[in-house]
Amino acid sequence: MSVRYTKDHEYVRVEGDVGTVGITDYAQSQLGDVVHVELPELGRVLARGDEAAVVESVKAASEVFAPVSGTVTAVNGELEAAPNAVNDDPAGSGWFLKLQLSDPAELDGLMSEQDYAAFVASIS
Amino acid sequence: MVDSQSSETRAPQAEAPLAETALAAAHRAAGARMVPFAGYLMPVQYPSGILAEHVWTRTSAGLFDVSHMGQARLVGPDFETAARALETLVAADILGLRPGQQRYTQILNEEGGIVDDLMVARPAAPDRPGEILLVVNAGTKDADFRLMNAHLPADVVLEQMPERGLLALQGPRAAEVVAELAPETAAMAFMQTGTAVLAGIPVALSRSGYTGEDGFEISVAAEDAVALWTRLLGDERVRPIGLGARDSLRLEAGLPLYGHDINQETSPVEAGLTWSIAKRRRQEGGFPGQIRIGQEIAGGPVRRRVGILLEGRTPAREHADILDAAGELIGQVTSGGFAPTVGAPIAMGYVVPEFAAPGTALGLVVRGRTLQGRVVPMPFVPHRYKR
Repeated sequence: MSVRYTKDHEYVRVEGDVGTVGITDYAQSQLGDVVHVELPELGRVLARGDEAAVVESVKAASEVFAPVSGTVTAVNGELEAAPNAVNDDPAGSGWFLKLQLSDPAELDGLMSEQDYAAFVASIS
Repeated sequence: MVDSQSSETRAPQAEAPLAETALAAAHRAAGARMVPFAGYLMPVQYPSGILAEHVWTRTSAGLFDVSHMGQARLVGPDFETAARALETLVAADILGLRPGQQRYTQILNEEGGIVDDLMVARPAAPDRPGEILLVVNAGTKDADFRLMNAHLPADVVLEQMPERGLLALQGPRAAEVVAELAPETAAMAFMQTGTAVLAGIPVALSRSGYTGEDGFEISVAAEDAVALWTRLLGDERVRPIGLGARDSLRLEAGLPLYGHDINQETSPVEAGLTWSIAKRRRQEGGFPGQIRIGQEIAGGPVRRRVGILLEGRTPAREHADILDAAGELIGQVTSGGFAPTVGAPIAMGYVVPEFAAPGTALGLVVRGRTLQGRVVPMPFVPHRYKR
Protein backbone atom coordinates (compact mmCIF):
# COMPACT_ATOMS: atom_id res chain seq x y z
CA MET A 1 0.00 0.00 0.00
CA SER A 2 1.31 3.44 -0.86
CA VAL A 3 -0.12 6.94 -0.75
CA ARG A 4 0.60 9.46 -3.49
CA TYR A 5 -0.21 13.16 -3.59
CA THR A 6 -0.95 15.88 -6.18
CA LYS A 7 -0.03 19.54 -6.16
CA ASP A 8 -3.77 20.21 -5.96
CA HIS A 9 -3.80 18.45 -2.55
CA GLU A 10 -5.59 15.25 -3.48
CA TYR A 11 -4.27 11.93 -2.24
CA VAL A 12 -4.68 8.47 -3.69
CA ARG A 13 -4.06 5.46 -1.42
CA VAL A 14 -3.28 2.46 -3.61
CA GLU A 15 -4.09 -1.12 -2.64
CA GLY A 16 -3.57 -3.49 -5.57
CA ASP A 17 -5.13 -1.80 -8.57
CA VAL A 18 -7.68 0.20 -6.55
CA GLY A 19 -6.98 3.77 -5.46
CA THR A 20 -8.90 5.54 -2.66
CA VAL A 21 -9.08 9.27 -3.36
CA GLY A 22 -9.55 12.13 -0.91
CA ILE A 23 -8.14 15.52 0.00
CA THR A 24 -5.23 16.09 2.32
CA ASP A 25 -5.22 17.46 5.83
CA TYR A 26 -3.64 20.64 4.49
CA ALA A 27 -6.47 20.97 1.95
CA GLN A 28 -9.22 20.55 4.53
CA SER A 29 -7.52 23.07 6.82
CA GLN A 30 -7.44 25.60 3.98
CA LEU A 31 -11.06 24.95 2.98
CA GLY A 32 -12.51 25.26 6.44
CA ASP A 33 -15.73 23.56 7.48
CA VAL A 34 -17.01 21.25 4.75
CA VAL A 35 -20.80 21.38 4.45
CA HIS A 36 -21.38 19.20 1.39
CA VAL A 37 -19.54 16.91 -1.04
CA GLU A 38 -20.78 16.12 -4.53
CA LEU A 39 -19.59 12.67 -5.58
CA PRO A 40 -19.52 11.07 -9.03
CA GLU A 41 -21.81 8.26 -10.09
CA LEU A 42 -20.51 4.69 -9.95
CA GLY A 43 -19.01 3.44 -13.17
CA ARG A 44 -17.92 6.86 -14.36
CA VAL A 45 -14.64 6.75 -16.27
CA LEU A 46 -12.27 9.51 -15.24
CA ALA A 47 -9.08 10.57 -16.96
CA ARG A 48 -6.29 11.95 -14.81
CA GLY A 49 -7.15 15.60 -14.03
CA ASP A 50 -10.89 15.24 -14.66
CA GLU A 51 -13.24 16.75 -12.10
CA ALA A 52 -14.08 13.88 -9.79
CA ALA A 53 -15.98 15.62 -6.99
CA VAL A 54 -16.85 19.05 -5.61
CA VAL A 55 -16.30 20.05 -2.00
CA GLU A 56 -18.50 22.82 -0.66
CA SER A 57 -17.08 24.51 2.39
CA VAL A 58 -18.68 27.37 4.25
CA LYS A 59 -16.43 29.65 2.22
CA ALA A 60 -16.24 28.20 -1.27
CA ALA A 61 -16.84 25.45 -3.79
CA SER A 62 -13.67 23.56 -4.71
CA GLU A 63 -13.16 20.98 -7.40
CA VAL A 64 -11.44 17.71 -6.64
CA PHE A 65 -9.60 16.23 -9.61
CA ALA A 66 -8.84 12.60 -10.32
CA PRO A 67 -5.15 12.11 -9.37
CA VAL A 68 -4.95 9.18 -11.79
CA SER A 69 -7.17 7.68 -14.48
CA GLY A 70 -9.71 5.01 -13.63
CA THR A 71 -13.29 3.90 -13.19
CA VAL A 72 -15.30 4.88 -10.11
CA THR A 73 -16.09 1.69 -8.18
CA ALA A 74 -17.25 3.19 -4.86
CA VAL A 75 -18.15 6.53 -3.32
CA ASN A 76 -18.29 7.46 0.36
CA GLY A 77 -22.03 7.78 0.98
CA GLU A 78 -21.38 8.57 4.66
CA LEU A 79 -20.34 12.08 3.63
CA GLU A 80 -23.94 12.93 2.72
CA ALA A 81 -24.95 12.89 6.39
CA ALA A 82 -21.55 13.74 7.88
CA PRO A 83 -19.52 15.97 5.53
CA ASN A 84 -17.45 17.09 8.54
CA ALA A 85 -15.58 13.75 8.28
CA VAL A 86 -13.55 15.50 5.56
CA ASN A 87 -12.31 17.94 8.21
CA ASP A 88 -12.04 15.50 11.08
CA ASP A 89 -10.42 12.53 9.34
CA PRO A 90 -9.46 13.40 5.75
CA ALA A 91 -7.09 10.46 5.32
CA GLY A 92 -9.54 7.98 6.86
CA SER A 93 -13.32 8.20 7.10
CA GLY A 94 -13.30 11.39 5.03
CA TRP A 95 -12.38 9.57 1.79
CA PHE A 96 -14.31 10.50 -1.37
CA LEU A 97 -14.20 7.68 -3.92
CA LYS A 98 -12.41 4.55 -5.08
CA LEU A 99 -10.99 4.16 -8.57
CA GLN A 100 -10.15 1.00 -10.48
CA LEU A 101 -6.85 2.24 -11.90
CA SER A 102 -6.53 2.08 -15.66
CA ASP A 103 -2.89 3.14 -15.84
CA PRO A 104 -0.98 2.50 -12.58
CA ALA A 105 2.15 3.95 -14.18
CA GLU A 106 0.59 7.39 -13.68
CA LEU A 107 1.33 7.00 -9.97
CA ASP A 108 4.99 7.61 -10.72
CA GLY A 109 4.14 11.18 -11.67
CA LEU A 110 2.71 11.94 -8.22
CA MET A 111 4.48 12.99 -5.03
CA SER A 112 5.50 10.70 -2.20
CA GLU A 113 4.42 11.56 1.34
CA GLN A 114 7.85 13.08 2.00
CA ASP A 115 7.81 15.16 -1.20
CA TYR A 116 4.29 16.36 -0.48
CA ALA A 117 5.21 17.41 3.07
CA ALA A 118 8.09 19.44 1.62
CA PHE A 119 5.74 20.93 -0.98
CA VAL A 120 3.25 22.01 1.70
CA ALA A 121 6.06 23.47 3.79
CA SER A 122 7.16 25.50 0.75
CA ILE A 123 3.73 27.08 0.20
CA SER A 124 2.55 27.63 3.76
CA MET B 1 -8.16 20.74 -5.65
CA VAL B 2 -8.81 24.28 -6.78
CA ASP B 3 -11.15 26.92 -5.40
CA SER B 4 -13.60 27.70 -8.16
CA GLN B 5 -15.04 30.55 -6.15
CA SER B 6 -13.88 31.80 -2.81
CA SER B 7 -14.86 34.65 -0.57
CA GLU B 8 -11.17 35.35 -0.32
CA THR B 9 -10.86 35.97 -4.04
CA ARG B 10 -14.21 37.61 -4.76
CA ALA B 11 -13.02 41.15 -4.14
CA PRO B 12 -10.38 42.43 -6.53
CA GLN B 13 -7.19 42.96 -4.62
CA ALA B 14 -5.06 46.00 -5.18
CA GLU B 15 -1.33 45.61 -5.74
CA ALA B 16 -0.67 48.05 -2.89
CA PRO B 17 0.65 46.56 0.37
CA LEU B 18 -2.09 45.45 2.72
CA ALA B 19 -2.98 47.56 5.72
CA GLU B 20 -3.45 46.04 9.15
CA THR B 21 -5.71 47.06 12.00
CA ALA B 22 -4.41 47.71 15.51
CA LEU B 23 -5.54 44.16 16.36
CA ALA B 24 -3.59 42.25 13.69
CA ALA B 25 -1.03 40.87 16.17
CA ALA B 26 -3.82 39.83 18.53
CA HIS B 27 -5.55 37.95 15.71
CA ARG B 28 -2.36 36.13 14.79
CA ALA B 29 -1.71 35.26 18.44
CA ALA B 30 -5.23 33.78 18.58
CA GLY B 31 -4.40 31.55 15.61
CA ALA B 32 -6.47 33.45 13.05
CA ARG B 33 -6.09 32.79 9.35
CA MET B 34 -5.40 36.22 7.88
CA VAL B 35 -6.61 37.00 4.35
CA PRO B 36 -6.64 40.09 2.15
CA PHE B 37 -9.96 41.91 2.32
CA ALA B 38 -10.67 45.42 1.02
CA GLY B 39 -7.01 46.37 1.19
CA TYR B 40 -6.55 44.99 4.71
CA LEU B 41 -5.15 41.78 6.11
CA MET B 42 -8.07 40.53 8.19
CA PRO B 43 -8.98 37.37 10.16
CA VAL B 44 -11.30 35.17 8.08
CA GLN B 45 -11.55 32.58 10.85
CA TYR B 46 -9.97 31.47 14.12
CA PRO B 47 -9.02 27.84 14.88
CA SER B 48 -12.55 26.79 15.89
CA GLY B 49 -13.75 27.46 12.33
CA ILE B 50 -16.54 29.40 10.66
CA LEU B 51 -19.42 27.07 11.63
CA ALA B 52 -18.52 27.11 15.31
CA GLU B 53 -18.00 30.87 15.24
CA HIS B 54 -21.37 31.35 13.55
CA VAL B 55 -23.18 29.21 16.13
CA TRP B 56 -21.35 30.91 19.01
CA THR B 57 -22.52 34.33 17.82
CA ARG B 58 -26.12 33.11 17.56
CA THR B 59 -26.02 31.56 21.06
CA SER B 60 -23.62 33.66 23.16
CA ALA B 61 -21.52 36.68 22.08
CA GLY B 62 -19.09 37.05 19.19
CA LEU B 63 -16.42 39.74 19.03
CA PHE B 64 -15.48 41.09 15.60
CA ASP B 65 -12.67 43.42 14.56
CA VAL B 66 -14.22 45.74 11.96
CA SER B 67 -11.59 48.45 12.27
CA HIS B 68 -11.09 48.31 8.50
CA MET B 69 -14.40 50.11 8.04
CA GLY B 70 -14.32 53.84 7.39
CA GLN B 71 -15.16 55.97 10.38
CA ALA B 72 -15.54 59.70 9.80
CA ARG B 73 -17.45 62.73 10.97
CA LEU B 74 -19.07 65.61 9.19
CA VAL B 75 -18.64 68.88 11.02
CA GLY B 76 -20.77 71.91 10.19
CA PRO B 77 -21.50 75.13 12.04
CA ASP B 78 -24.66 73.49 13.41
CA PHE B 79 -26.46 70.14 13.09
CA GLU B 80 -29.00 71.37 10.53
CA THR B 81 -26.32 72.63 8.13
CA ALA B 82 -24.38 69.37 8.34
CA ALA B 83 -27.56 67.28 7.99
CA ARG B 84 -28.75 69.20 4.93
CA ALA B 85 -25.34 68.79 3.33
CA LEU B 86 -25.44 65.00 3.84
CA GLU B 87 -29.03 64.84 2.55
CA THR B 88 -27.76 65.94 -0.88
CA LEU B 89 -26.01 62.53 -1.11
CA VAL B 90 -28.42 60.16 0.65
CA ALA B 91 -32.22 59.65 0.73
CA ALA B 92 -32.69 59.07 4.47
CA ASP B 93 -34.11 61.62 6.87
CA ILE B 94 -30.88 62.96 8.39
CA LEU B 95 -32.40 66.26 9.50
CA GLY B 96 -34.88 64.36 11.68
CA LEU B 97 -32.23 62.42 13.61
CA ARG B 98 -32.57 63.01 17.32
CA PRO B 99 -29.45 63.26 19.46
CA GLY B 100 -28.20 59.73 20.10
CA GLN B 101 -30.03 58.25 17.11
CA GLN B 102 -28.48 56.29 14.25
CA ARG B 103 -29.86 55.47 10.78
CA TYR B 104 -28.95 53.19 7.90
CA THR B 105 -28.82 54.80 4.46
CA GLN B 106 -27.07 54.70 1.09
CA ILE B 107 -24.93 57.19 -0.82
CA LEU B 108 -26.59 57.41 -4.24
CA ASN B 109 -25.34 58.25 -7.72
CA GLU B 110 -27.20 60.38 -10.26
CA GLU B 111 -28.70 57.24 -11.81
CA GLY B 112 -30.12 56.13 -8.46
CA GLY B 113 -27.51 53.38 -8.03
CA ILE B 114 -25.85 52.75 -4.68
CA VAL B 115 -22.32 54.15 -4.26
CA ASP B 116 -22.13 52.73 -0.73
CA ASP B 117 -24.31 51.89 2.23
CA LEU B 118 -23.52 53.42 5.60
CA MET B 119 -24.55 54.18 9.15
CA VAL B 120 -25.19 57.80 10.10
CA ALA B 121 -25.44 58.91 13.73
CA ARG B 122 -26.17 62.16 15.50
CA PRO B 123 -24.08 62.04 18.68
CA ALA B 124 -25.98 62.45 21.94
CA ALA B 125 -23.32 64.76 23.33
CA PRO B 126 -21.22 66.02 20.41
CA ASP B 127 -17.85 67.65 21.00
CA ARG B 128 -18.98 70.32 18.55
CA PRO B 129 -22.63 71.17 17.79
CA GLY B 130 -22.62 70.36 14.07
CA GLU B 131 -21.24 66.80 14.22
CA ILE B 132 -22.56 63.76 12.39
CA LEU B 133 -20.81 60.39 12.66
CA LEU B 134 -20.45 58.07 9.65
CA VAL B 135 -19.37 54.45 9.24
CA VAL B 136 -18.85 53.38 5.60
CA ASN B 137 -17.56 50.20 3.97
CA ALA B 138 -13.83 49.50 3.95
CA GLY B 139 -13.55 48.82 0.23
CA THR B 140 -15.36 52.01 -0.72
CA LYS B 141 -14.22 54.44 1.93
CA ASP B 142 -11.62 56.29 -0.13
CA ALA B 143 -14.07 56.84 -3.01
CA ASP B 144 -16.85 57.82 -0.57
CA PHE B 145 -14.70 60.40 1.13
CA ARG B 146 -13.50 61.84 -2.20
CA LEU B 147 -17.11 62.12 -3.34
CA MET B 148 -18.17 63.82 -0.11
CA ASN B 149 -15.29 66.26 -0.22
CA ALA B 150 -16.22 67.18 -3.78
CA HIS B 151 -19.90 67.76 -2.89
CA LEU B 152 -19.88 69.29 0.57
CA PRO B 153 -20.40 73.03 1.00
CA ALA B 154 -17.46 75.04 2.31
CA ASP B 155 -18.84 75.23 5.85
CA VAL B 156 -19.21 71.45 6.27
CA VAL B 157 -15.96 69.56 6.65
CA LEU B 158 -15.36 65.80 6.45
CA GLU B 159 -12.89 64.50 9.02
CA GLN B 160 -11.71 60.92 8.62
CA MET B 161 -10.98 59.03 11.83
CA PRO B 162 -8.21 56.54 11.00
CA GLU B 163 -7.04 56.87 14.59
CA ARG B 164 -10.06 54.89 15.76
CA GLY B 165 -10.67 51.16 15.79
CA LEU B 166 -14.10 49.53 15.61
CA LEU B 167 -15.20 46.36 17.41
CA ALA B 168 -18.57 44.66 17.18
CA LEU B 169 -19.92 42.51 20.00
CA GLN B 170 -22.93 40.56 18.73
CA GLY B 171 -25.22 37.88 20.07
CA PRO B 172 -27.87 37.19 22.71
CA ARG B 173 -25.37 37.66 25.57
CA ALA B 174 -23.57 40.71 24.12
CA ALA B 175 -25.70 43.27 25.94
CA GLU B 176 -25.21 41.68 29.38
CA VAL B 177 -21.44 41.57 28.84
CA VAL B 178 -21.37 45.27 27.99
CA ALA B 179 -23.85 46.17 30.73
CA GLU B 180 -21.64 44.58 33.38
CA LEU B 181 -18.93 47.06 32.36
CA ALA B 182 -21.25 50.04 31.82
CA PRO B 183 -24.73 49.55 33.35
CA GLU B 184 -26.20 52.58 31.57
CA THR B 185 -25.86 50.81 28.20
CA ALA B 186 -28.63 48.37 29.17
CA ALA B 187 -31.22 51.07 28.47
CA MET B 188 -30.02 51.72 24.91
CA ALA B 189 -32.39 50.51 22.16
CA PHE B 190 -31.56 49.28 18.65
CA MET B 191 -29.96 52.08 16.60
CA GLN B 192 -29.28 54.26 19.63
CA THR B 193 -25.79 55.63 20.16
CA GLY B 194 -23.91 56.92 23.15
CA THR B 195 -20.62 57.04 24.94
CA ALA B 196 -19.41 54.91 27.82
CA VAL B 197 -16.30 53.87 29.68
CA LEU B 198 -15.66 50.13 29.40
CA ALA B 199 -13.04 48.83 31.85
CA GLY B 200 -11.47 52.27 32.02
CA ILE B 201 -11.50 52.77 28.23
CA PRO B 202 -13.64 55.57 26.77
CA VAL B 203 -15.73 54.41 23.79
CA ALA B 204 -18.51 55.58 21.51
CA LEU B 205 -21.00 52.82 20.87
CA SER B 206 -24.21 52.11 19.00
CA ARG B 207 -26.69 49.30 19.55
CA SER B 208 -26.48 47.84 16.07
CA GLY B 209 -24.54 45.36 14.00
CA TYR B 210 -24.43 43.15 10.94
CA THR B 211 -25.55 39.78 12.25
CA GLY B 212 -29.26 40.19 13.00
CA GLU B 213 -28.47 39.75 16.69
CA ASP B 214 -28.65 42.25 19.52
CA GLY B 215 -25.30 43.83 20.24
CA PHE B 216 -23.06 46.84 19.93
CA GLU B 217 -20.58 48.38 17.55
CA ILE B 218 -17.90 50.00 19.67
CA SER B 219 -15.59 52.74 18.41
CA VAL B 220 -12.38 52.98 20.38
CA ALA B 221 -9.09 54.87 20.06
CA ALA B 222 -6.71 52.61 18.13
CA GLU B 223 -4.20 52.68 21.00
CA ASP B 224 -6.89 51.27 23.33
CA ALA B 225 -8.21 48.68 20.86
CA VAL B 226 -6.00 45.80 22.03
CA ALA B 227 -6.80 46.45 25.68
CA LEU B 228 -10.55 46.50 25.01
CA TRP B 229 -10.37 43.43 22.74
CA THR B 230 -8.42 41.51 25.36
CA ARG B 231 -10.72 42.58 28.17
CA LEU B 232 -13.85 41.51 26.29
CA LEU B 233 -12.30 38.17 25.29
CA GLY B 234 -11.46 37.56 28.93
CA ASP B 235 -15.18 37.01 29.45
CA GLU B 236 -16.03 33.34 28.90
CA ARG B 237 -19.23 34.32 27.08
CA VAL B 238 -17.18 36.06 24.36
CA ARG B 239 -15.16 34.50 21.53
CA PRO B 240 -13.46 36.10 18.51
CA ILE B 241 -15.28 35.79 15.19
CA GLY B 242 -13.77 36.23 11.73
CA LEU B 243 -15.02 37.61 8.44
CA GLY B 244 -16.19 34.17 7.28
CA ALA B 245 -18.87 33.90 9.95
CA ARG B 246 -19.61 37.60 9.61
CA ASP B 247 -20.65 36.83 6.02
CA SER B 248 -22.79 33.79 6.87
CA LEU B 249 -24.43 35.66 9.77
CA ARG B 250 -25.34 38.69 7.68
CA LEU B 251 -26.60 36.45 4.87
CA GLU B 252 -28.99 34.69 7.27
CA ALA B 253 -30.06 38.11 8.56
CA GLY B 254 -30.95 39.13 4.99
CA LEU B 255 -28.58 42.08 5.10
CA PRO B 256 -27.06 43.09 1.75
CA LEU B 257 -23.29 43.14 1.26
CA TYR B 258 -21.98 46.09 -0.71
CA GLY B 259 -20.27 45.14 -3.96
CA HIS B 260 -22.27 41.92 -4.14
CA ASP B 261 -25.97 42.39 -3.31
CA ILE B 262 -25.96 46.14 -3.93
CA ASN B 263 -23.75 48.22 -6.21
CA GLN B 264 -23.61 51.23 -8.52
CA GLU B 265 -26.34 49.74 -10.76
CA THR B 266 -28.83 48.56 -8.14
CA SER B 267 -31.25 51.07 -6.67
CA PRO B 268 -32.46 51.03 -3.06
CA VAL B 269 -35.96 50.17 -4.33
CA GLU B 270 -34.72 47.14 -6.27
CA ALA B 271 -32.67 46.11 -3.24
CA GLY B 272 -35.69 46.16 -0.92
CA LEU B 273 -34.34 49.14 1.01
CA THR B 274 -37.21 51.53 0.27
CA TRP B 275 -37.96 51.54 4.01
CA SER B 276 -34.79 53.57 4.49
CA ILE B 277 -36.07 56.41 2.23
CA ALA B 278 -38.01 58.80 4.44
CA LYS B 279 -41.46 60.04 3.43
CA ARG B 280 -40.30 63.65 3.59
CA ARG B 281 -37.42 62.89 1.25
CA ARG B 282 -39.74 61.13 -1.23
CA GLN B 283 -41.91 64.23 -1.31
CA GLU B 284 -39.16 66.83 -1.35
CA GLY B 285 -36.52 64.97 -3.39
CA GLY B 286 -33.13 66.66 -3.38
CA PHE B 287 -31.08 63.44 -3.50
CA PRO B 288 -29.19 61.90 -6.43
CA GLY B 289 -31.21 59.58 -8.64
CA GLN B 290 -34.52 60.91 -7.34
CA ILE B 291 -36.23 60.51 -10.73
CA ARG B 292 -35.52 56.79 -11.06
CA ILE B 293 -36.16 56.14 -7.39
CA GLY B 294 -39.46 58.07 -7.48
CA GLN B 295 -40.59 56.16 -10.57
CA GLU B 296 -39.65 52.82 -9.02
CA ILE B 297 -41.49 53.58 -5.78
CA ALA B 298 -44.59 54.56 -7.77
CA GLY B 299 -44.54 51.96 -10.53
CA GLY B 300 -42.30 49.19 -9.26
CA PRO B 301 -38.71 48.36 -10.19
CA VAL B 302 -37.64 46.07 -13.05
CA ARG B 303 -36.12 43.57 -10.61
CA ARG B 304 -36.21 42.86 -6.91
CA ARG B 305 -33.79 41.40 -4.38
CA VAL B 306 -35.25 38.22 -2.92
CA GLY B 307 -34.27 35.52 -0.49
CA ILE B 308 -34.03 31.96 -1.81
CA LEU B 309 -34.10 28.68 0.14
CA LEU B 310 -32.59 25.76 -1.78
CA GLU B 311 -33.51 22.11 -1.68
CA GLY B 312 -30.68 19.65 -1.07
CA ARG B 313 -27.26 20.53 0.27
CA THR B 314 -25.44 22.24 -2.61
CA PRO B 315 -25.16 26.02 -2.22
CA ALA B 316 -25.76 28.39 -5.12
CA ARG B 317 -23.21 31.18 -4.90
CA GLU B 318 -22.72 34.62 -6.39
CA HIS B 319 -23.32 34.82 -10.19
CA ALA B 320 -25.40 31.61 -10.38
CA ASP B 321 -28.20 32.07 -12.92
CA ILE B 322 -31.79 31.96 -11.67
CA LEU B 323 -34.40 30.27 -13.90
CA ASP B 324 -38.18 30.16 -13.82
CA ALA B 325 -40.09 26.87 -13.89
CA ALA B 326 -39.92 26.90 -17.70
CA GLY B 327 -36.12 27.27 -17.65
CA GLU B 328 -36.07 30.93 -18.75
CA LEU B 329 -33.37 33.15 -17.25
CA ILE B 330 -35.02 35.55 -14.79
CA GLY B 331 -32.16 36.70 -12.58
CA GLN B 332 -28.89 36.05 -10.83
CA VAL B 333 -27.66 35.15 -7.36
CA THR B 334 -25.66 37.89 -5.63
CA SER B 335 -24.71 36.00 -2.42
CA GLY B 336 -25.22 32.48 -1.30
CA GLY B 337 -23.90 29.79 0.94
CA PHE B 338 -24.72 27.23 3.57
CA ALA B 339 -26.77 28.73 6.39
CA PRO B 340 -25.75 27.05 9.65
CA THR B 341 -28.78 28.24 11.64
CA VAL B 342 -31.23 27.26 8.88
CA GLY B 343 -29.36 24.01 8.19
CA ALA B 344 -29.70 24.44 4.43
CA PRO B 345 -28.21 26.46 1.59
CA ILE B 346 -29.67 29.93 1.14
CA ALA B 347 -29.07 32.74 -1.32
CA MET B 348 -30.11 36.22 -2.21
CA GLY B 349 -30.37 37.53 -5.71
CA TYR B 350 -32.34 39.67 -8.12
CA VAL B 351 -35.32 38.40 -10.12
CA VAL B 352 -37.88 40.11 -12.33
CA PRO B 353 -40.75 41.21 -10.08
CA GLU B 354 -43.35 38.65 -11.17
CA PHE B 355 -41.14 35.96 -9.63
CA ALA B 356 -40.44 37.81 -6.37
CA ALA B 357 -43.43 36.55 -4.37
CA PRO B 358 -42.63 34.17 -1.49
CA GLY B 359 -43.27 30.57 -2.48
CA THR B 360 -42.31 31.06 -6.14
CA ALA B 361 -40.37 28.03 -7.40
CA LEU B 362 -37.00 28.85 -8.96
CA GLY B 363 -34.15 26.96 -10.57
CA LEU B 364 -30.54 27.81 -9.73
CA VAL B 365 -27.80 26.82 -12.13
CA VAL B 366 -24.73 25.41 -10.39
CA ARG B 367 -21.99 23.72 -12.46
CA GLY B 368 -24.43 23.02 -15.27
CA ARG B 369 -27.10 21.47 -13.06
CA THR B 370 -30.36 23.17 -12.10
CA LEU B 371 -30.98 23.08 -8.35
CA GLN B 372 -34.49 23.64 -7.02
CA GLY B 373 -35.32 26.50 -4.69
CA ARG B 374 -38.09 28.87 -3.77
CA VAL B 375 -38.46 32.49 -2.81
CA VAL B 376 -38.74 32.99 0.95
CA PRO B 377 -39.16 36.15 3.01
CA MET B 378 -36.02 37.67 4.50
CA PRO B 379 -34.53 37.60 7.05
CA PHE B 380 -33.92 33.83 6.90
CA VAL B 381 -33.29 33.91 10.66
CA PRO B 382 -35.41 36.34 12.70
CA HIS B 383 -33.71 39.53 13.86
CA ARG B 384 -33.35 39.80 17.61
CA TYR B 385 -32.75 43.51 17.96
CA LYS B 386 -33.61 45.29 21.20
CA ARG B 387 -36.57 47.48 20.27
